Amino acid sequence: MNKLKVAVALGATCAGCDVAILDLNEKILDVIEIVDFVFWPTAMDFKLEDLKALKDGEVDVGLYHGAIGTEEDEEIAKILRKKSKVVVAFGACANFGGIPSLTNMPYESKIFDVVYKESPSTSNPEGTVPLKETEVEGTKLTLPGIRKRADSLNSVIDVDYYVPGCPPMVPLIEQVVDILRVFVEKGTLPPKGAVIAGQDTLCKECGRTKPETISYTEFLSPQEVKEIDPDLCLLSQGILCLGPATRSGCGGLCTSMNVGCRGCLGPTDKVDDHGLKMISALTSLLDVEHEEEYTEEELDKLIEKIPDPLGTFYRFTYGVSMISKLHPDMEE
Amino acid sequence: MKKEMDEKKKVGVFICHCGRNIAQTVDIEKLMEEVREKYDVEFVEDNMYMCSDPGQNLLKESIQAKNLDRVIVAACSRDMHEPTFRSAAQEAGLNPYLVEIANIREQVSWVHDDKEKATEKASKIIGSTIEKVVRDEPLEPLQIPVVQRALVIGGGIAGIQAALDIADAGYEVTLVEKSPTIGGHMAQLAETFPTLDCSQCILTPKMVALSRHPKINLLTTSEVVSVEGYVGNFKVQIRKNPRYVDVDKCNLCDDCTAVCPVVVHDEYNQGLAPRKAIYIPFPQAVPASYVIDEATCLGIDPLICSKCKDVCLVEAIDFDMQPEIIEEEFGAIVVATGYDIYPIENIGEYGYGSHPDIISGLDFERLLSANGPTQGVIRRPSDGKIPKTVVFVHCAGSRDPAKHLPYCSKICCMYSTKHALQYKHLVHDGTAINFYIDVRTAGKDYEEFYKRAAEEEQVIYVRGKVSEIIEDGDQLLVKGVDTLLGEAVEVHADLVVLATGLVPSKGTQEISHLLKLSCDSKGFLKEAHPKLKPVESALSGIFIAGTASGPKDIPETVAQASGAAAKAATILASEYLEREPQIAQVDPTTCGVCHTCIHVCPYGAIYLDEVVGRITVREALCEGCGSCAAACPSGSIELKNSTSEGIRARIKALLQG
Ligand SMILES: Cc1cc2nc3c(=O)[nH]c(=O)nc-3n(C[C@H](O)[C@H](O)[C@H](O)COP(=O)(O)OP(=O)(O)OC[C@H]3O[C@@H](n4cnc5c(N)ncnc54)[C@H](O)[C@@H]3O)c2cc1C
Ligand code: SF4
Ligand code: SF4
Ligand code: SF4
Ligand code: SF4
Ligand code: SF4
Repeated sequence: MNKLKVAVALGATCAGCDVAILDLNEKILDVIEIVDFVFWPTAMDFKLEDLKALKDGEVDVGLYHGAIGTEEDEEIAKILRKKSKVVVAFGACANFGGIPSLTNMPYESKIFDVVYKESPSTSNPEGTVPLKETEVEGTKLTLPGIRKRADSLNSVIDVDYYVPGCPPMVPLIEQVVDILRVFVEKGTLPPKGAVIAGQDTLCKECGRTKPETISYTEFLSPQEVKEIDPDLCLLSQGILCLGPATRSGCGGLCTSMNVGCRGCLGPTDKVDDHGLKMISALTSLLDVEHEEEYTEEELDKLIEKIPDPLGTFYRFTYGVSMISKLHPDMEE
Repeated sequence: MKKEMDEKKKVGVFICHCGRNIAQTVDIEKLMEEVREKYDVEFVEDNMYMCSDPGQNLLKESIQAKNLDRVIVAACSRDMHEPTFRSAAQEAGLNPYLVEIANIREQVSWVHDDKEKATEKASKIIGSTIEKVVRDEPLEPLQIPVVQRALVIGGGIAGIQAALDIADAGYEVTLVEKSPTIGGHMAQLAETFPTLDCSQCILTPKMVALSRHPKINLLTTSEVVSVEGYVGNFKVQIRKNPRYVDVDKCNLCDDCTAVCPVVVHDEYNQGLAPRKAIYIPFPQAVPASYVIDEATCLGIDPLICSKCKDVCLVEAIDFDMQPEIIEEEFGAIVVATGYDIYPIENIGEYGYGSHPDIISGLDFERLLSANGPTQGVIRRPSDGKIPKTVVFVHCAGSRDPAKHLPYCSKICCMYSTKHALQYKHLVHDGTAINFYIDVRTAGKDYEEFYKRAAEEEQVIYVRGKVSEIIEDGDQLLVKGVDTLLGEAVEVHADLVVLATGLVPSKGTQEISHLLKLSCDSKGFLKEAHPKLKPVESALSGIFIAGTASGPKDIPETVAQASGAAAKAATILASEYLEREPQIAQVDPTTCGVCHTCIHVCPYGAIYLDEVVGRITVREALCEGCGSCAAACPSGSIELKNSTSEGIRARIKALLQG
C-alpha cells in the first residue's frame, strides 16, 4: 500500500492544533500506518526549504493551521498549495482567522503601539517596535512583515476541506483520518468544500433541555450564578452561550463544564457572519415576553452588560466577519 | 448556497406613468432604454395607467404574445395593486407569484425632485426586483379547512351582540359566560346616557333573543380552559361548572330563598344588599333559573343543610351535579370578556373605600335602579337617609400616572353627569356638585347632555381636583381646589360618588394568557392595528369586542361587537380558507433546535414537533413576517420566494454602479 504524503504547515498559530493531532494518542499509530509526514516543522526537524524542495503536486494532503498574519505566512500557504493535491484548512484560525484576526481591530499602524507601547505590562522607554530590517553589529537581520490583516487561509489560496475547532477535537481528527484511509484505499474524497464537523448547531448535541421560554434580562458569567442547573440550557440561566449559532461536532465540550460555548466551530453552512447571527438571535430573545415595556435606553442598558461584545461574538470569526470588512484599510 | 438558475427567464417589465404621478419625476423614455440595455429582460413597455383596464390588458396580451414567464410592474406600492396585477397575470395563464412590483412611486417620484437621479434610482429598483423575480418559484395558495362555528367568550352586551349577529348570519355560535347569567355590567346600570333610556329595557330583549336563538348554544357558569389550533380549526375545552339547580325544572317560585339560612353580599347589587346562597342574580336573568353559590352553600360538601331541596316542589335542586368538560371545535373566536372598575379601595386620599357613604359610580347605579337595594330611592348606605348634597368626583383614580391609572376611561365624565342629573330628578331640592379636571364629552349628543345638566338642571360643576375626603360628624368634608378661581374649596356632602375608571376584568387577563393574546401596558387586549384593525387580535381568527380592549361606552361596544361578528363571519363563510403561501420553511439538516424561532414568532406559528423532533411551521398560522428567519442563529429558516441568497442579490443590485 502506498502511503499518503502529508505536509503540516503553519501560520499565525498557538500550535494547539499540532498538539491536537498528537492527542490522537494510540490512534496516531494508525496515522503513521497510512501517512508519511514530508513536512511538519513543529513535530520534526523540517525547514521551509524541505517543503520547497518537493515537486509540485507531490504532497497528497497539505494541512495548514494558523491565520495568515505575516507576509511569510502567506508565502508558506502559497507554497503548500503548489505542492499539494488537496489542502485542508485545519483549526479555527485557518478557517476563520481565529483569535489572531482580532488584531484586525486596532489598525495596522496601531497594533504595534498597543502591543509594544501601551499594554499595561510593557516597559519600553525607547519605544522599540519590530522592524522588517535591522542592522546588528554590521549584520542585516530581517523579520517577516506584518500584513494589514490577519486572514483566513481561503482568502489567499484555494482550500479543499475545512476542519474547524480551537483546536479541532479528537473525534473530528479521527474523521479526517478515516477520510485519508478511504483516499488511500479507494482514491475517493468528499465533495470539495466539505466541512469536517456537524451540519446543525450545538444545541442539538449539548444535551441540556430547553425550558418553556428562554428569556433573560441580563448576562451572567458562570461564577455569578449561585447554582448552575447541570441539565438546563445555559442561556435560560443567563449564561451567554454561542451554541445556537455554532456548528455541532464537539459534543458540547464547554457546555458540559457549565461554560457557555465560545463558538470555536464557527457557523453553519447557511451563515456568513457568525457573530451577527448570534447577536440577532440573542437580541430577539432578550426578555421577549416583556420587550414592549422597555424603552430603547433600557434595552441598551441590558445589552451594555455583555462584556467585550466583539471578543464575545467574534472570538474566532472576526477575520471573515462583515464588520471587519468595514475596516477603513480595506477600502481600495 | 447559490441556487443554479437552470434556464434563462423571460422577464417582462411594465412601467407605469401613473398619470403624471410618476412620469413628471421619472424620465420614462430613458428608464425604458436603461432597463433594456442594463438588464437581461425580454420585453419592456410603458402605459399611462397600468392598473386601468387597457393597462391590465397590455399585461395579459404581452404575457401570451411574448411567452413571458416572469413579470415586473414598476408602479406604486405593492400594498396598492399587487393583487390587481397578480390576478391579471393569472388570467393570462401565469402563476401569480411570478409577478413582482417595483415601487417607483412612493419610493421614487413622490420623494424626489431631481429627475435624473430619480430615473437612476427607479432603474436600480427595477434591477433589484429582477433579481427577485428570476428566483421566484411558482406557488399555490394554501387551503385550510374551516369549522363553520364560532365561539364567543363573555356574555356582556358585547358578547351578546356578537353572538346574535353571527347566529343571524346563519352560523352556529357557542357563548361561554363565567357567571350564572348573561348581561354583564350593562344589567347593573339604571339608565344610560345620553338618552336616559332604561338599561334593562334595552338589554333584556337581546338577552331573551339570544336564549331563544336556535343557532346559539349558551353555556353559563362556564369557562374556557384550553385552546389549541389556529384559524378555522380551534380545538377548545370548556368547563361547565355545576349550578346545582336544573335550569329546565326551576319554575322561579322563590320558595328556596325563604328557607336558605346563608346570607351573603349580593354582587349584582355591589354588596349593598344581601342575598341567599341560593339565588337568582336578577329577575330577568338568562337563563331564567336559580343557582346555588357553591362557595357559601352548606349543602354541597359536606351536606349539612338541604332546606332548599326539601321545599323545592319541582325537584330542581341536585347537589350531585359535577363539572362537565365540553370539547368543541370552532373556526373563529370572539373575545368579549369586558372590564372591572378600578377599586375605590385603592384610593387612599378618598378613604380607601372604608367609609360607607363614599361609594363608586357602579354602586350609585344600583341606588338609582328600581330593582336595586333601595328600590330606586336615593338613600345613603350608612343610615338610609336621603342625601341633600352629593359630590361626584370625576377622574377618581384616573389620569394620575404617579399613583393610579394613567389613562382616561372616557365614559366617567358622562356617567357622572348622568348620575348628577338623575339625582336631581329624584331629589328635587338636592344639590349635586361635580368636581372635574375637564369634562370630556366626545360622542353624539354628549355635549348637549352635559350642557343640559350644567345649564338647565343646576348641576354645579367645579373645575378642580379633590385632594382629600374626611369624615366630619355625620357628613363628609370634601377638600379640593377650584382651579378656575384659584382658591381652596371645602364642601360638606352627605354622599360622595367616585367616578372610577375601567380596568381589564380578571377574566380578560385570564383569557389573554390562555389564548396568548398580547396586551397593552394597561392590560387591555391589544388590537392587531389600533386604527385599521380595531376588532382583530394579532392572532388570525381571534377577534376582540367591547371593553376587553379598552374603555368604551355602550354604543361603541355594540358597534365593535357587530364588527367583530362580521369579521368572524367572513372566516366562517367558506369551507376553506386561502392563505398566502409565502411562509417560513425550516431546513432540518442545519437546524439545531435551539428554540429561538419559537419564542420570536409573534403568531405562535412555529413549534417543536416532539414526535419527529423537528421544528415545524403551522402553515395556517404563519403570516410570513420573517421574524424567525432573521433571528434563526443557524440560518435554517427562509421564507418562500425570499431566500437569503436572493435578498443578498437584491441588495447588491441596489448598491451597484
Ligand atoms: C358606573 C358606570 C356607568 C355606565 N353608564 C353607561 C351609560 O350610561 N351609557 C353607556 O353607553 N355606557 C355606560 N357605561 C359603560 C358600559 O357599562 C360598558 O360600555 C358596557 O357594559 C361594556 O360591555 P362589555 O360586554 O364590553 O363588558 P362587561 O359588561 O364587563 O361584560 C363582560 C362579560 O364577560 C364575562 N366574562 C369575563 N371574563 C370571562 C371569561 N374569562 N370567561 C367567560 N366569561 C367572562 C363577564 O362575566 C361579563 O358577563 C357605564 C359604566 C360604568 C362603570
Ligand atoms: S444554548 Fe448552549 S446550553 Fe443552551 S442548549 Fe444550546 S448549546 Fe446547550
Ligand atoms: S462548546 Fe463551543 S467553544 Fe467549546 S469546544 Fe464546542 S464549539 Fe468550541
Ligand atoms: S342547601 Fe345551600 S342553598 Fe339550599 S338552603 Fe341550604 S344553604 Fe341555602
Ligand atoms: S431558530 Fe433556527 S436553529 Fe433554532 S430551532 Fe428555529 S429553525 Fe432551528
Ligand atoms: S415568518 Fe413570522 S409568522 Fe411565520 S413562522 Fe416565522 S416568525 Fe412566525
